[in-house]
Amino acid sequence: MSMNTEFRPTIVAFCCNWCSYAGADLAGSSRLAYPADVKIIRVPCSCRVNPMFILRAFEKGADGVILCGCHPGDCHYSTGNYYARRRMTLLFSMLDYLGVENGRTRVEWVSAAEGVKFSETMNSFVEKIRSLGPNVRLGDLRCKD
Amino acid sequence: MQRIGVFVCHCGSNIAATVDVKKVVEMALKEQGVVHAEDYPYMCSEAGQSRIGEAIAQKGLTGIVVCSCSPRMHEATFRKAAERYGLNPYMVEIANIREHCSWIHKDMAEATEKATILMRAAVAKVHLNAPLQAGESMVTKRALVIGGGIAGIQTAIDIADAGYKVDIVEKTPSIGGRMSQLDKTFPTLDCSACILTPKMVEAAAHENITIHTYSEVEKVSGFVGNFTVDIRKKARMVDIDKCTGCGVCQEKCPSKKTPNEFNRGLNNRSAIYTPFAQAIPNVPVIDTTACIKFKTGKCGVCQKVCQAGAIDYTQQDEIITENYGAIVVATGFDTIKLDKYGEYAYGQSKDVITSLELERVMNAAGPTKGHLERLSDGKAPKEIVFIQCVGSRCSDDRGKPYCSKICCMYTAKHAMLIRDKYPDTNVTVFYIDVRTPGKNFDEFYRRAVEDYGVNYIKGQVGKVIPQADGSLLVQGVDLLDQKQILKKADMVVLATAIEPNPDVRKIATMLTASIDTNNFLTEAHPKLRPVESPTAGVFLSGVRQGPKDIPETVAQAGAAAVKVIGLLAKDKLKTNPCTAKSDELLCNGCSQCANVCPYGAISYETKLINDHGIREDRRVAVVNSALCQGCGACTVTCPSGAMDLQGFSNRQILAEVDAICR
Amino acid sequence: MNKQAELIKEISGVNPLKCMKCGKCSASCPSYNEMDIKPHQFVSYVQNEDIEALTASKSLYKCLSCFACVERCPRGVKPGKLIDAARQVVIRQRGQEYLSPDEVPELLDEETPQQLLMSAFRKYRR
Repeated sequence: MSMNTEFRPTIVAFCCNWCSYAGADLAGSSRLAYPADVKIIRVPCSCRVNPMFILRAFEKGADGVILCGCHPGDCHYSTGNYYARRRMTLLFSMLDYLGVENGRTRVEWVSAAEGVKFSETMNSFVEKIRSLGPNVRLGDLRCKD
Repeated sequence: MQRIGVFVCHCGSNIAATVDVKKVVEMALKEQGVVHAEDYPYMCSEAGQSRIGEAIAQKGLTGIVVCSCSPRMHEATFRKAAERYGLNPYMVEIANIREHCSWIHKDMAEATEKATILMRAAVAKVHLNAPLQAGESMVTKRALVIGGGIAGIQTAIDIADAGYKVDIVEKTPSIGGRMSQLDKTFPTLDCSACILTPKMVEAAAHENITIHTYSEVEKVSGFVGNFTVDIRKKARMVDIDKCTGCGVCQEKCPSKKTPNEFNRGLNNRSAIYTPFAQAIPNVPVIDTTACIKFKTGKCGVCQKVCQAGAIDYTQQDEIITENYGAIVVATGFDTIKLDKYGEYAYGQSKDVITSLELERVMNAAGPTKGHLERLSDGKAPKEIVFIQCVGSRCSDDRGKPYCSKICCMYTAKHAMLIRDKYPDTNVTVFYIDVRTPGKNFDEFYRRAVEDYGVNYIKGQVGKVIPQADGSLLVQGVDLLDQKQILKKADMVVLATAIEPNPDVRKIATMLTASIDTNNFLTEAHPKLRPVESPTAGVFLSGVRQGPKDIPETVAQAGAAAVKVIGLLAKDKLKTNPCTAKSDELLCNGCSQCANVCPYGAISYETKLINDHGIREDRRVAVVNSALCQGCGACTVTCPSGAMDLQGFSNRQILAEVDAICR
Repeated sequence: MNKQAELIKEISGVNPLKCMKCGKCSASCPSYNEMDIKPHQFVSYVQNEDIEALTASKSLYKCLSCFACVERCPRGVKPGKLIDAARQVVIRQRGQEYLSPDEVPELLDEETPQQLLMSAFRKYRR
């Protein structure tokens, strides 16, 4: 199988510093594999993720974007993940309207103790993106530089 | 234009075995602005750090990217190193190529490609980093300990001995906790009360310790060094200063039908009560749900008999607000509910009891005055069966997946004590494994078998069937003998799993401390920071963090105290400079950021703004950097894009996104 | 890898590695004394891939399919399902269908657990 035929998605994962990023670290120290297509960006809290970041990712050619934060009620900053949840609900429905299917975006709560959940989440998300294929719907928005 | 240095760590073979570090260095040199790149086996070592120093000096670096382990591990190390060599510590970024790359990928080409992309994202971010200065905040030199069991008491005494003020908040009417309910303690068999009571008295008498019993933490705000806590002091209905602790009120109280919590509901107590004789403070409380005066308005016997005039039916809950520099959580455990374990007939027969109930039965101050007797008919049991791992090591939703750790030892203790005091009583223990790691623990268990003739059977019990004659038929298996056993018993004791106290979620949420799937509080690091919570200024003590016995609890309590003392010894703490900052030119004073700020860090001022030559007074947002914790909620809310987060700015994160999607 | 052991795992959906060898299945079993291979041993036999001994065992036909072991197993191993699967392997080896689907409705009694009915056919109509 040549590398050209296999679809290797670009996936951006925003992880909050306190729970999900630590959960990803735990997945790493527990050697729980997930595809290398996932690249993690550390943010202090899921509420730091501006919808603009996600639009930019799709605009630049990301095939999927996942946002991970602390479980509701466990946010290091008390309420940040609630804001994130509300914002993402609106953003994702707008993206769906624009043609970026709901399967390409996801919000998941992963605590610092859930290395297994982090790995499982990433595996299932990558699988979903692979089944959806490359994201082409925002092609006209894509930078032409 | 930044001059960036990229340092790629091998981490021995942890990274280098899966990531081609030379290739990452080569790719780094192709990045714009990268003037230096090298790899080294252990970047975090002294030698590794000095190589960073040399590069800063020789190449005039203005920004640094270290490709290594998680920033949660060594970001602080490399920031300190940068500072030592004259670079602002916030000009350092970490690309996590160990936890997020080499450890989870097997294919070298793939892992190297990902490591390169992560390096690029970090380089892109550093380009936009700006030097930041850490601020300072004062430390309130007072600690709060939540929970007044042996863990809380020990932590409080240790902190108080070091000269700092400590408050203990305990929700029950007395300190003492679970340990005060125990009869004897393994492996020395000294009486629990005899070793606990002096500690309780020491805590109560200590000039630096204030004890709030019958109180609960209501609200926590602030941050490390500066917590503000609301404590609800529940109405005792008894004046704590007037009461002499004579006990006449309890004797005369006509309402005596309430299950006695201290004796695990095995007998009843009066509506006005102290949980146990050695209670501290020795001042009763009125249980208003049971008190006749509160239910019908007619009674008032306690008030009449109280010589000291201490009874006050008009008392109200009181909320006090205190400031603390550190908080220790020591809220302990309870045994799990057994309603899902029908096969053991707990609840069907009074003679099937939990081990904690047996502690009360064997205790001289317990419901049977220390006589071992059946709770159904008061007869002395001649056959006692102990069942291990009831609810522990269960992967289904009936029990807990973890080992409760203390059961093997207390069962050996119970078995030994019974055989010692009542030699004509036979004791059988059904076990899966006997786990006795601990000083003198296995010797203790072997003594139970060899010297006291306790019959240990490897196997489990399938069911306990109450018989018409009042006895219990125990159906179990002996796996070594390959025989199913039907055994008639007079009493069955269940080694019930322990779980963190159920109020755990409420307290964890208040403290924004994370808890694991079993409701135990998580440590900042499972091995290297076992008594600290990931939330700065919050510390863990006792079973709240995980199952442990008394010596371990006391050791951990001391460790938590040391961490608290280390914090309180500082006059000032450096604050995180990654705080929000408003661009006054863009701000339109709409107040939306202030609405979402969980810390009340944003206020508004009217300022004279010079907007491209137009000078006018405008209402603009101002961030108090001492209060801001840097979550970034405001940055996304701001409709004009005026609010940004230093260290995680919009441009920085977008640069990372661009680098990854390139 | 033993094909039959894999088959038993597949039919039963049981992962024998989850067993912590506590013996609660054997302690719960009402037919324990009748069995040559005890319920807890079933798990080890599948783990050790000794399927021949298992399929020759008379325990297959002594199991009452009461599922006490399935209900009480603290690790979710479900030895009863292993026994059931072993029975099925025996039936498949013989290559015969002992019951046609058309016969089932008239044999059904509302009071009878279906699982018991199925198990009974596998056991007694040899």
